[in-house]
Amino acid sequence: MDKNIKMKAQDINFFYGKHQALKNVNIDIYANQVTALIGPSGCGKSTFIRLFNRMNELIPHTTLKGTVSLDDTDINAPSIDPVQIRRRVGMVFQKPNPFPKSIFENISYGLKVNGIKDPDFIEEKVVKSLKRAALWEEAKDRLNDSAFKLSGGQQQRLCIARCLAVESEVILFDEPCASLDPVSTAKIEELILELKKDYTIVIVTHNMQQAARVADYTGFFLLGELIEFGKTQDIFTAPKDKRTEAYITGRFG
Amino acid sequence: MERHFDAELKDLNNDILKIGTLAQEAIYKSIESLKDRDKDRAKTVIEDDKKIDELELVIDEKCLDLIARHQPMAKDLRFITTGMKLNNELERIADIAVDIAQRVFELADKPLLKPLVDIPRLTTIAQDMVKTAIDAFIKGDIELARRVLLADPEADKLRNSIQKELVEEYMVKDGSASPRAVQLLLIARFLERICDHATNIAEDIIYMVKAQVVRHHPERLKG
Amino acid sequence: MKRKYIQGIGFSGLFLCMFSTLFFLGLIIYFITVRGAGVISWDFLTQAPRSGMTQGGVAPAIIGTLYITLGAILFSLPLGLACAIYLCEYSPKGFIVNIIRMSINNLAGVPSVVFGLFGLAVFVKLFGFGISILSGSLTLGILALPLIISSAQEALLAVPQSIREASLSLGATKWETIKRIVLPAALPGILTGVILSIGRVAGETAPILFTAAAFYMRGYPKSIFSEVMALPYHIYALMTEGIHPEQQRAIAYGCSLILLFIVLFISGIAIFIRQRQRAEYG
Repeated sequence: MDKNIKMKAQDINFFYGKHQALKNVNIDIYANQVTALIGPSGCGKSTFIRLFNRMNELIPHTTLKGTVSLDDTDINAPSIDPVQIRRRVGMVFQKPNPFPKSIFENISYGLKVNGIKDPDFIEEKVVKSLKRAALWEEAKDRLNDSAFKLSGGQQQRLCIARCLAVESEVILFDEPCASLDPVSTAKIEELILELKKDYTIVIVTHNMQQAARVADYTGFFLLGELIEFGKTQDIFTAPKDKRTEAYITGRFG
Repeated sequence: MERHFDAELKDLNNDILKIGTLAQEAIYKSIESLKDRDKDRAKTVIEDDKKIDELELVIDEKCLDLIARHQPMAKDLRFITTGMKLNNELERIADIAVDIAQRVFELADKPLLKPLVDIPRLTTIAQDMVKTAIDAFIKGDIELARRVLLADPEADKLRNSIQKELVEEYMVKDGSASPRAVQLLLIARFLERICDHATNIAEDIIYMVKAQVVRHHPERLKG
Repeated sequence: MKRKYIQGIGFSGLFLCMFSTLFFLGLIIYFITVRGAGVISWDFLTQAPRSGMTQGGVAPAIIGTLYITLGAILFSLPLGLACAIYLCEYSPKGFIVNIIRMSINNLAGVPSVVFGLFGLAVFVKLFGFGISILSGSLTLGILALPLIISSAQEALLAVPQSIREASLSLGATKWETIKRIVLPAALPGILTGVILSIGRVAGETAPILFTAAAFYMRGYPKSIFSEVMALPYHIYALMTEGIHPEQQRAIAYGCSLILLFIVLFISGIAIFIRQRQRAEYG
């Protein structure tokens, strides 16, 4: 492989209390590529993706064994501040979750908590992020309106713009289109394909066709294990594992 | 639990077998009409080809429909795209049978140029290759597909020797024999083309079963 | 058919209950207004009492109530809010939190006269603040504490977890998230709780009985250590210790009317804020 590895997960075993949710998972996430994680409900893919920005720590009684690294640095090392990791690895959630603030303030929030005070710089960043997230045209005349006035698809793009403003290097998408209509979904998929030029993207989706459309690499999870991982076109035209084939041809269950 | 989609795939499978059977029959009838110099039989081959053409269109549309509606993946996807290819190959084989049948009108009223030995042999090879290829499809058997591919060089050789004989022994030496010789030459070529189509089918089947492309890459056969 | 009949009875019963509640409220307002409205005048509201509480106004009592209430809130709001934040955002869920919650609920159930005695023993005597605005405020503050903690907790819990996650995932610390996102979002709810506490505290009599209230003061309180007149106590005193019952009864009803008005007005504000909050965030 000539591609750079941006993030790595090695020998991951993860527990909620006594229950093991992830078993011996090893994945390389390549820089400037879209990696999709697919699998049936409850297979561990959402749990897994949250390891990349240390969001699982917020849940009590969880145990992580194994290493997760960003640019070859172990992100769980005692000397590493999770807050810094979360700035570099952003997340877009399943249901859009804008803050109860104006559109402008939603985006400037990330900048402010990271210590940026210069109002001109902030304004410039907000505009840039909105443009990049393909939301500028629709939002430019109402930056001071409440974020809740936007439609679902627009709110999700706002959440993406938030990540772009703090200049995350990796963006994690946890079923971002699950609550959106097909037109909004298509816009976000288009956006993802655009963004991968500058960002590394990992997307969890239960929609296989979506993975087929946007991802360069795909990993299939089942009951906490990574069954197969490879180039998307290989996985979808000629998967190696019978379970992968059963899932993607819809013969599951 | 069989899904609607599986039923539709089975349906497609049967359609392909049907067009395969019709193509095989067309070859058989056209060769028989040639042997028996039976113009009526030749005519039925030509007319029956319309049915085959219609069936090809129906199958093509079914395949497109399955892709649009079901977004098939993996082996389903390979099956459907291979099905489309087989469909076209078999229809062309049937067209070649028509071409052969049309030779009957040229040759029926004239005396036989020479006792036919090699052409029947080439006919047998061609029919065998087509049958084995279709068998390979039914059973999803790569070995059968390989057998088809391995038989092709012999078909080529045979055609070349027929060609050589007809040109050197008959066309050069005796000008008046040329018209008949040309017809026999054409028949040999037609038969060899049938073999080529059979090999195409075999290569497609290897892809369908193993996801391995051997077309234009015979060295991959060893794998 | 029978089910419809039973449903009809049910609805009628509910309607009757609602009606009787409104009826009693209306009755209270009516009685007090009828007996007390006659006394209300601008002078009544702005002047000090004269002639042995038979003339003049009750301004000092109004002012006193205001001071004590303000003091109580100044004490209980920061403390209660901090406690609620700790319970909701920081403490590990489980056994300890449940014990704390239970204790807070028990505190809310303590009778107000017991609070008064507590205030007397601790603030007036032990700390030596004497009968004063300070003692009264602290005592009432403790009474208000469970109310504020409960409503603040409810407001904080109502903030959806998803926006906390969103904030953290952008690289904010937990405290930044609380300060910039959670508190502003919970503010209407917290405010409602504060305002309702004000309403409650303003009308309490027993806690200030031993800790702050004086029947009569010349002039207005000079510092937080001085005694103060207060409306609830004034009503009590007029009805039990007054020398001129007929006039004083009327004044007592007038004070009741003022107090009632203050409490209803404050509840009204709380309801208004709540409605607006609901409209904006759905």
